[in-house]
Amino acid sequence: MSSITSAHPADHHGEHGHHHESFLSKYVFSQDHKMIAKQFLITGIVMAVFAMFLSILFRLQLAWPDKEFPILEVFLGKWAEGGRISPDFFLALVTIHGTIMVFFVLTAGLSGTFANLLIPYQLGARDMASPFMNMLSYWFFFTACIVMISSFFVESGPASAGWTVYPPLSAVPTAISGSAMGMTLWLISMTLFIASQVLGGINYISTVLNMRAKGMDLWKMPLTIWALFLTAIVGLLSFPVLVSAVVLLIFDRSFGTSFYLSDLVVQGQILPNEGGSPILFQHLFWFLGHPEVYIVLMPALGLTSEVISTNSRKPIFGYHAMVYSLIGITILSFIVWGHHMFVTGMNPFLGGVFMITTLIIAVPSAVKSFNYLATLWRGNIRFTPAMLFAIGMVSFFISGGLTGLYLGNSALDIALHDTYFVVAHFHLVMGSASIFGMLCGVYHWFPKLFGRMMNEKLGYLHFWLTFAGAYLVFFPMHFMGIDGVPRRYYAFTEFPFMEKWISVNVFITWAAIIAALGQVAFLWNFFSSIRFGKRATQNPWGSNTLEWTTGVKHIHGNWPGELPTVYRWPYDYSKPGHHEDFIPQTVPFSETMSSNLPHDFEGNVEAERIQREWELANRPQAEKEAE
Amino acid sequence: MSFIDNIKFKTVFILAFMVSIGLSGSMFAQEADSAAQAVDTTATVGDTDTAVTADMDTAAAATGTDTTDTAASAGSVGATPTATSDAAGKPGINPQVYTNFFYYVLLFFLLCILVAVIGKILQVYELTRKMNGKDSTHYLNNIQAGLFIVALVTGLYGVYWSYVHHGAQSMREAATQHGVNLDIMFMVTTVICTIVLVLTHIALFGFAFRYRARENRKAYFYPHNNTIEKVWTIVPAIVLTILVLFGFFNWRAITNIPEEEQKNAIQIEVIGEQFMWTVRYAGRDGAIGERNYKLTTPLNGLGIDFNDKKSWDDQMGSEIVIPVNKPVRFQITSKDILHSFYIPDFRVQINAVPGMKTYFQFTPTITTEEMRDKLDDYSYNYVMLCAKICGANHFNMQKLVRVVTEEEYKEWLNEQPYFFTEDLRKEFQVTQVNEDTADAKLLAATN
Ligand code: HEM
Ligand SMILES: [Cu+2]
Ligand SMILES: [Cu+2]
Repeated sequence: MSSITSAHPADHHGEHGHHHESFLSKYVFSQDHKMIAKQFLITGIVMAVFAMFLSILFRLQLAWPDKEFPILEVFLGKWAEGGRISPDFFLALVTIHGTIMVFFVLTAGLSGTFANLLIPYQLGARDMASPFMNMLSYWFFFTACIVMISSFFVESGPASAGWTVYPPLSAVPTAISGSAMGMTLWLISMTLFIASQVLGGINYISTVLNMRAKGMDLWKMPLTIWALFLTAIVGLLSFPVLVSAVVLLIFDRSFGTSFYLSDLVVQGQILPNEGGSPILFQHLFWFLGHPEVYIVLMPALGLTSEVISTNSRKPIFGYHAMVYSLIGITILSFIVWGHHMFVTGMNPFLGGVFMITTLIIAVPSAVKSFNYLATLWRGNIRFTPAMLFAIGMVSFFISGGLTGLYLGNSALDIALHDTYFVVAHFHLVMGSASIFGMLCGVYHWFPKLFGRMMNEKLGYLHFWLTFAGAYLVFFPMHFMGIDGVPRRYYAFTEFPFMEKWISVNVFITWAAIIAALGQVAFLWNFFSSIRFGKRATQNPWGSNTLEWTTGVKHIHGNWPGELPTVYRWPYDYSKPGHHEDFIPQTVPFSETMSSNLPHDFEGNVEAERIQREWELANRPQAEKEAE
Repeated sequence: MSFIDNIKFKTVFILAFMVSIGLSGSMFAQEADSAAQAVDTTATVGDTDTAVTADMDTAAAATGTDTTDTAASAGSVGATPTATSDAAGKPGINPQVYTNFFYYVLLFFLLCILVAVIGKILQVYELTRKMNGKDSTHYLNNIQAGLFIVALVTGLYGVYWSYVHHGAQSMREAATQHGVNLDIMFMVTTVICTIVLVLTHIALFGFAFRYRARENRKAYFYPHNNTIEKVWTIVPAIVLTILVLFGFFNWRAITNIPEEEQKNAIQIEVIGEQFMWTVRYAGRDGAIGERNYKLTTPLNGLGIDFNDKKSWDDQMGSEIVIPVNKPVRFQITSKDILHSFYIPDFRVQINAVPGMKTYFQFTPTITTEEMRDKLDDYSYNYVMLCAKICGANHFNMQKLVRVVTEEEYKEWLNEQPYFFTEDLRKEFQVTQVNEDTADAKLLAATN
């Protein structure tokens, strides 16, 4: 076991700090935040590829419901007899796809990677508050992944009640085969997953609160940290509620309780349960479920803020407004869950209340979008692949967020609930936006993670294929939803009005296939660059934040000597009067006399006086030179 | 950053080799001819660069990427025949299946080579630029900026196109009173959202293009502007308030119907179960009888409680038939799991929840006949379908809905059978001996 903790004295951290380390403690049971970040990232990528593959499978079914794909039988056996995916298995695919994407990729993969990497780095800490818990967090997550995937190997198939696992469908095995063993595994996996999130979350929060470098007060933290910090708070408050939902569901399934069940006659069988309510589960689920979409989104917003600012070579516009809108989103995200339940039989008056809170949450989101636009305005924009993905993220955030105005409106939701309109909405705003945020992070911090650069041109190719692909896949789905095509439909063949959408489905599936193949560009780029990429310089993007003041080579404790001291906010890009277009946070104002602004001193009278004196002494001369 | 480097060559080769072995495990077992063919074509690929590009053009229909170099992949393709000899075909699957699959994989491989070739060309181009003393870094940046303008233009056109084509395909006339109001709101929201979408994207992609990096330019240091920020907090807030109010009143109008009007509506119960709907009309007493799921028997599938006399005259609708311009109040519930009662044409949806009743009251305004005339489609029907995941046949859980004139409705309803059938009555009489004679008369009358 490594003995490195945050309190480890600095002088132990030489170039060769890993002497007493075995392979196991370095790569497997590592407690080093950078290694754990890599573990989360690579696990997340593997899960993403898996979930994407599942989506291609069910997209094949949707596009060609009458066609046979014998090759599927080779891989899937009885679930694709005669080369056609069975309806049960279709639902299993959709369910596991959704679960993996939301929880395993965009919650653990995204937060896990970047919170672990960036919180210590950008705050100037040697590691997380509790490296051991951090390691546990990863291994709980990893086990959860294994359990989830193993459900494909049980006889009755994986869970198939949708990623929301509403009971009674998920509680009664006779209702659908996936609710037998598969659902049990799903519940076990989620419990492990939540344990991982809670361990991680506590760690992130305590690190941010306690381990900031000297001078790094809250208002000097980069927006990434703000976002990851608030995300951890949201997760810590909401995931336990999912635990209770899950535990009660386990009771109902295995111990004959009736929390969610009542008055059931399934397949001619009168069930003994009485007195429960399926609506209760929905309340509990969405009390997590809605904050969850912000857990997915906020880190992406944070990463994007950083990348957009760096590559526009401009300060992020309205830093305080950005922070306050994140805080607003954090708080409001807990009181809007009912918008998922407008037509579930919840008291209609409550529906009205939730509509109001929901549309309020649109305001901070709008502010963020506008601030991004303002950051680009009059910038000096460098299109690194990370920057492209950040711009793409903003685009998806806007286009997906706008359809939230329809769904958040309880009256309009009557006709749109549970249709493809919803699928389009959340894939744009939560799926694509967050994935783009995550990819933007990967491209941007790859040099920090692996000490090498990714291939830029492949990154461009990847971006344009994925960007176009995502819009081509998800935009047409809005119209299906408006026409009234419900989601989670195995085939559009049983209703005359849906027939016109089959050709659109074919188009969507082709777009999805092309976009999915486009990911090979990323995978190749990612994995080959780990070994063969061009060597990174210490600060390849000309960034201000602290992580770029560490060496390219990873060492325990991050900084070889003393921890850095922070003097300024992270967004001094293109500050007038300075000879470079960035000023790292570690540069004191005394070294940048020519670019200091009165605002910089936060009312420090002494500093203002020194600045004034310097200006008196230097300005006229500078002006003379100009003439 | 050279593509040709030995380590890379080796990994690519090994990777490709393994992939090909894995894929061709059994695919060529009985298809030696086509395998030979495949090798033939690919052999040419390895030979000349021109052949590669020629092949590639035809393959350009699909897309994919990779950075192998030409030689490496040619080598990997060459490796496939080694694999032909091993492994016998899996029984039951037509070997052609594997062959076809392999062709697709091959196609993708070729495509990857194309990408690699293009990468190579770009590299050479960059080198020549550099040698000629021209800038070799900014041109890529400019290309991305240009692509954003292309994306903007095609994107805006794409949005326009889908509004016109898909939009026309998806907006159907609402056939209920409240549906018309909802559609107005829908349109207002759409107009607002479209304006915002277009403007923000013009700004987003426009700024990206306009402010692309150039040498000797510095970005404008502009950390905040409180006035602007206030404006774009308040303006969305106002717009949203308007939408909320609009929505709130509509919502209340739909869900908060006065008792009086509730009573005056036609009462119909719809009960979902895997994977069908049962429709129960209230009968002449205008009231639906109670159910108790514990009373469910093969004969009494819904578990209707016939102690409740209101249930005696309840009728089973073969489909949902409702008179035009009359308020109807649907009472929805489920026998087993969650379902959702959804009629797109009516803008009506409410979940069917076991152990709980939910309601939706509305007034249809267009008969099926009129709708058919309007649409010029004489097979058109309203349909009620399940919108909540409920199992394998979720995608086909429907009930026909017909809106007819008052007379047609009455006529049709008269023909619908009672739930309280002869057989059930016998079963029920065993348990219920002392009966009111008046009730008996009522029963006689209804039959
Ligand atoms: C590879 C690209 C993707 C494609 C082609 C795709 C496609 C789809 C489709 C068509 C459905 C709806 C199936 C149905 O209702 O019948 C679906 C469901 C879903 N997808 Fe994706 N998706 C993709 C990526 C993502 C991402 C990145 C996320 C992350 C948020 C995501 C999350 C979900 C969720 C939560 C569901 C709902 C599952 C359920 O109904 O229980 N998907 N996906
Ligand atoms: Cu929500
Ligand atoms: Cu259903």
